[in-house]
Order: sequence, then structure tokens, then C-alpha cells
Amino acid sequence: MATTVPEPPKIDQDRLPTQGSGNGGWRNKIPAGGDLRRVKDHSSPPPASTGIWVGLAAITMSFAAFTSALIVRQGGASDWHHFTLPPVLYFNTLLIIASSITLEVARKRIAAYMGVAKDRVTGATAPAQWLYITLFLGLLFVAGQTFAWVQLKSQGFGLASNVSYSFFYVLTVAHALHVFGGLGGLVRVIGKMNKSILRRSTLDATSRYWHFMGVLWVYLLLLLWMKL
Amino acid sequence: MHDMSEHAVHHGAPTSFIRKHVFSIDHKVIGKQYYALALLAALVGMFLSWLMRIHLGFANFAIPGLSLLSKNGAPGNVMTPEYYLQLMTMHGTIMVFFVLTTAPFAAFGNFFLPIQTGAEDMPFPHFNMMSFWVTFVGFLVLVASFLVGTGPTLGGWTQYAPLSAIGDVGGPGQGLGVVLWATSIGIFCIGQLLGSLNFITTTLDMRCKGMSLMRLPLTAWGWFITSVMGLTAFAVLMPACILLILDHVAGTSFFVASNLVINDQVLPHSGGSTLLWQHLFWFFGHPEVYIAIVPGMGIISHILITNMRKPMLSHRVLIYSMGALAALSYMVYGHHMFVSGMNPVSSLAFSFPTLVITIPSTIIVLIWLGSLYGSKLRINSASLFSLGFVSMFISGGVSGFFLAQPSIDIMLHATYFVVGHFHLVMGVAAMFGIFAGTYFWFPKMTGRMMNETLGKVHFVMSFIGAYCIFMPFHYLGIAGNVRRYQAFTDDYLIPLIPVHKFITIAALFTGFAQLIFLYNLIHSRFKGELAPNDNPWEGTSLEWSTATPPPHNNFGDKMPVVYHDPYQYSIEGASTDYVMQTSPEKINSPDEEK
Repeated sequence: MATTVPEPPKIDQDRLPTQGSGNGGWRNKIPAGGDLRRVKDHSSPPPASTGIWVGLAAITMSFAAFTSALIVRQGGASDWHHFTLPPVLYFNTLLIIASSITLEVARKRIAAYMGVAKDRVTGATAPAQWLYITLFLGLLFVAGQTFAWVQLKSQGFGLASNVSYSFFYVLTVAHALHVFGGLGGLVRVIGKMNKSILRRSTLDATSRYWHFMGVLWVYLLLLLWMKL
Repeated sequence: MHDMSEHAVHHGAPTSFIRKHVFSIDHKVIGKQYYALALLAALVGMFLSWLMRIHLGFANFAIPGLSLLSKNGAPGNVMTPEYYLQLMTMHGTIMVFFVLTTAPFAAFGNFFLPIQTGAEDMPFPHFNMMSFWVTFVGFLVLVASFLVGTGPTLGGWTQYAPLSAIGDVGGPGQGLGVVLWATSIGIFCIGQLLGSLNFITTTLDMRCKGMSLMRLPLTAWGWFITSVMGLTAFAVLMPACILLILDHVAGTSFFVASNLVINDQVLPHSGGSTLLWQHLFWFFGHPEVYIAIVPGMGIISHILITNMRKPMLSHRVLIYSMGALAALSYMVYGHHMFVSGMNPVSSLAFSFPTLVITIPSTIIVLIWLGSLYGSKLRINSASLFSLGFVSMFISGGVSGFFLAQPSIDIMLHATYFVVGHFHLVMGVAAMFGIFAGTYFWFPKMTGRMMNETLGKVHFVMSFIGAYCIFMPFHYLGIAGNVRRYQAFTDDYLIPLIPVHKFITIAALFTGFAQLIFLYNLIHSRFKGELAPNDNPWEGTSLEWSTATPPPHNNFGDKMPVVYHDPYQYSIEGASTDYVMQTSPEKINSPDEEK
């Protein structure tokens, strides 16, 4: 181990911080000779944006696991009981699609407003009403799902009555739990907007998550409709 | 040039004891908390292994105090067969999850990844804090299973159905014990997902000016690749645990087949798929073993380079090979299921990528060996344990070539050959990586040096001891010694008992060596020789450019600017034999991209 401290290196005081001794990879590429005119400014995306994609990747893997479990379990089963999906699910689908539309409207209005106020919303006139509508539609969706579960249960088809019902409940409850997370995100966005501390990246990330919940639900509905 | 200051996480230094040391959002504190958890888990797991080994080598030996641990598991201080299996299950679960996944990745990664990338902290510090406490709660839930009625589950860390799904009728611990196991692991998955989220986002978005991806040290690449695997693998394990819990508490039949008769009772389940559990588990399980080893690969590569005073033969190829290991790890999982009854054609489909995955592993090993050849390696505890990692990885890895082939695996599956393979290649190698990282980074984390003499004694004893334990396992396996047996009463097993006695003595010897490490760690923390400066190993990466220990925001007032690739050692014309990444000195290096 070191017991002496070596001489400090010779520092080139004229050296610009932007000039590396090598190109350093594609993102920070500087041509040899230090000609900076050809360098585009590659900024990384905000962490919220990368973070939400990472989270969506994990959620996708989880539902892929549930899907493969359903396919394998159905493939080997002689006891699979096919049933008709409760009609309220189709109405709920329209609700969640509508909520994505209202969220996009909200996002565009807030983004336009933010564009004026340099990434920070100021004043009490921010266009939050479409966010409230989205929140309401989301809550209606969860209520509709609850209605479907109660309806099936009252007909005697509980979680353990047959494996097809087991998968129905597992998939729809898992999705609803993630929708709750999305609702929490929307409440957080509304809260930050009301306090004028909302970042554009937070809004975009929350919107991306919510749209993914819609896409995921459409996928699950198709899967359940085909398989159950 | 990228300036990440607009994304920078600015949080002021905490003032209260609770916010500083308990519920801290500082990645350095979180890293130390993970290390402490892994240390505690390792001691528990090692203690369990001692109990197991004493029983295996000396079957009727009454271990003093054992009946205090379990009401019914050890009458007269001699463990019952079921209790052996319960200890074995907890040993495996604790070691794989709470030691091998936690220490090299979560502990060192949390402490050093933001510093090595040049960031003030992880981008989601509250999620980071949650990830530790969630993991800690998972550990408590797991250990709590020792305290419930019939004790912890006995189905092995792999928890194969139907044994894991049929409830109390399956034996002690198979009711509440399994539910606690599955709950604990489900909670652990959440902690891992939150951690992986931070690691990936830090690597991609929080690098300082001049730090391109290829300028990241190999440790950072190891953690990044591991976090991608962790994100995708643990996201599959959690649904599997949820389905297992539902089979227990909700009467569903995901994993239990119809008309199963246990203890003269026909179980009420219908039509479940027992193989489904294995598919779900091993889809997670094989990436998991790479999650355990890839951070160690990054850590020992980093340490070896620093001590060789020259970079590896190829920085890029090492990174690409680690990435290839990660990608291929999803395609090989069925090699754990060759004898499970799945279609034999599937065995071919899994055997081929398993043999292919030996290619990047071999490339990595050859890069290490080729780089070491002709180098003047500085010998210290960290470099010795790094060499030990290479040795264990090779020794343990070559037995994998045999197990990869179904025709041979038919003979060796569920024997001690497999146990020897994974203990060497994953268990011991990763532990050596943890030790290497500890000796190497202790000065940066604490400002003190660990005792070198004790470190070398720890290495020699551990190295010899580990080989004495696990090499004979291969012989036992070829001789037909079945794993997960608590006693050897068959004709062909009785002659192997002396080998087991030898292994038990070696295990206790090796365990004692770890106590030397524990003493060194604690003593050095408070009374160790002060580190001579901020960079005692003359390293080049960013952690050595900051104060010791690093301040709250890692770099003080000025965020670092990176000018060089990592590992600029022994550069001709440079003023010193190492050029730090933050040095603006102009050098002519063949390794840096032009």
C-alpha cells in the first residue's frame, strides 16, 4: 500500500473542461483537435423519464410471468372452466381509455402553461380541471372493477372456485393495485401543481405510467377474453 | 457536453441522529446499512451451516443448546431429519438472497456507484431508503419463521411444488413456514426493484461532465448489468410467490396437481401444474446466480487493475462479456430442470445456450489471466482475495461444463457434485469478492486501514478451507452421494462418511477464519491505522478523488469533471504511474478512444 504521496500531475491551465484526452464514447464525442462545432449537445433525459421506463419494464415482466403461468396452467388442465366475462369490464375499458384522453388534454394544457412560466407553474390559474376529470374516471374504473368482482362472487364464482376464476381475480386485482399507484401519482401531480412546484418531467412520467395502465388493461382484457 | 446539474439531487445534510444514521436518504449510509444486514445474515447463514455440517459428519452428536432453538426439532440436542431440512432451507435462502444479492450489489453498489459516476446521490433517494428498510423487513419476516409453531419451511431455497404448496400435511414448517418464506421473498423483490430503479437511472442519467459510459469503471458496469438483470428477474419471482401464497391461504390450485395423496389424505386441489413453479422459479433463479456473481466480477477486476498498475487486456470486451452473460442467463434456466420430466427436446434447447454461456465466462477468465500474466501485482489482502475469486470461479465453473449436458446431468443432478459446483462458483467466489471489496474500500468508507496481517491470515485460511470443503463435494457427487440427505445409511453412502467428517472439520476451520475477519473489521473500524491519504491504493477512479470519508454530497463544492478513461496506469510520458480520471493532464494513451 502507498506510504508516499506522489507529485501532483502537471496541470494544463489552458485546457478546457470540455476537452478530454479521448473521445470518451459516443455521447461526449469531441473530434480530435478539439473542434467543438461538430459536437451536438447530448443531454441525458431527466431521471423521472428513465425511471418510469424502468418501472414499466418491471411491471411488464410481472404480467408476462402471470401470462405464462395462465397459458401453462390452462394447457395442462382438464378442469378449466370457460366463462363469459362480466359485461361491466367492457364499460370499464371505455372509462380507462377516456381517462387517457383526458390526461393528454390536461398534459398539453399544463405544458403550454408551463412553457410560459419557464418549467414552473405559478399562480392559481393552472388548468388542473382535466387532471381532476382523469382522476375521477380512474376512480370510476376501479369502482367498476370492484363491481365485476362482487358480481362474480355473488354468483358463486370466488377465487378458488376454479382455476380460470383464480387467474381472472389475480390478473384484474394486480392491475387494479397498479392503477391505485397511478391514481396516487395523479394526486401527487395535482398537489405539486397547486403548490406551483410541478416539474414537466414529473408530469410526463406520471402520464406515461397512466397510459401504460390503459394499454395493459386492453391487453389483459384480450387475454382474458381469449383464454377464459 | 452533458451537465447533469439540472437533474442533480440536492438534499441538505441531515442533522438529527435518526435522519443521519437510521432513516437516511444518503446512499453512503444506505450502503453501509446493507453491508451490516449482509454481515448479520452471513453470520446467521454460516452458523446454520455449522449445525448442518456437524450433523452430517457426526450424525448422533448432541449439539449443546440445539433444543433451545427448536421445540420439537432437536430432542436431546440431536436434530430430526425434518429439522435438518429446515436449517438447510434457511441456510440457502439467507445466503443467496440476504448475503450474495445484498452485499456485492446493494451494499458496495449503493455506496460507490454514485461516487464513481460523479453524482451527488441516487436520483430517487427516498426510494433508495425504502429499498433498504423493505429488505430489512423481509429478513425479519424470514427469520420470524424460526419462531412460529412448527418452524421454518423445509422445502429447500427452491421451494419446489407440490411440497411447498400443500400446507401442513407436507411436514413441519410447510404451512405458516412457507407463507412466511414466500412473503419474505416477495417483500425482498420489492426492495430489489426499488434498488435496481435507482442503479439504472444513476448510471444512465446522473453521470458527471466527461463521464461517458465507456469511461465508467468496471465496478459500475457490473452494478449496472446486475441491476438490469435484477429488475427483470425479481419481477418474475414476485408473481410466483403471490401464486404460492394464494395456494396456501386462498385454496387455489396453481401448483398442486389433482388427486394427490399425502399421509393417506386426498388433497382437495385440482389440476395444478407442479412444473409451472419450476419454470417460474428458475426463470428468476438462473439470472439470480449471475446477479450474485457479476458485481464481484466488476469489483475484483477493478481491484486487480489497481494492484497490477495496468488495465485489463480489453476493457470493452470485458464489459461486453458481462453483458452477454446477463443476456444468455435468461435462456439457460431449464438446465436446472433436465430431470424434471419436461420434454427431452427442451433439454436440448436449454443445454445448447448453457454451453454457449461458457464462452463469455471463459473470455472473462482469459482476460483476467492474460492481464495478470507478466504483471507486477501488488500483494495485499484485497488483491489476494481477488486472485482467490478468479481461482474459485474457474474451479467452480469447470464443473458447470459437465452439468450443462443432460446425459451427464442425469447422473449428477441432486448430488453433491451440484452442491460443490454452485458453492465454489457462486458462494465462495462471491464471498471472496465481498472480502476483496471490503479490504479495498475500507479506507475510503472509514478513513482507516484494515490490519494487513490478519487480512492475509484470513485469506490463506479461507482459501485452503474452502477448497478442503468443496473439492471433496465433487468426489462425493460422482460417488452418488445424494444432496439434501440428513443421514447416510445406504450401503453405498456409508463408506463416504469419513469424507463428510473431513469436510465438517474443514468447515469449522473455515468458519473460524471468518471470525478473524469479523474481529479485524470491528477493531479496524475504531482502532485501525489511519489511512495515509485519500488515495492509499493510488487508484484512478472518482472515489479516490474525493475526501475520506466522502462528504454528504460526495464531492464538496465542485462536481468532478472527467478527462480520461478509467485505469490509466503506467502511461508513458505521464508524470506519475497513474493518471486519475479527474486529472486534466494531457496524456498519450493507446487505450483511450481517438
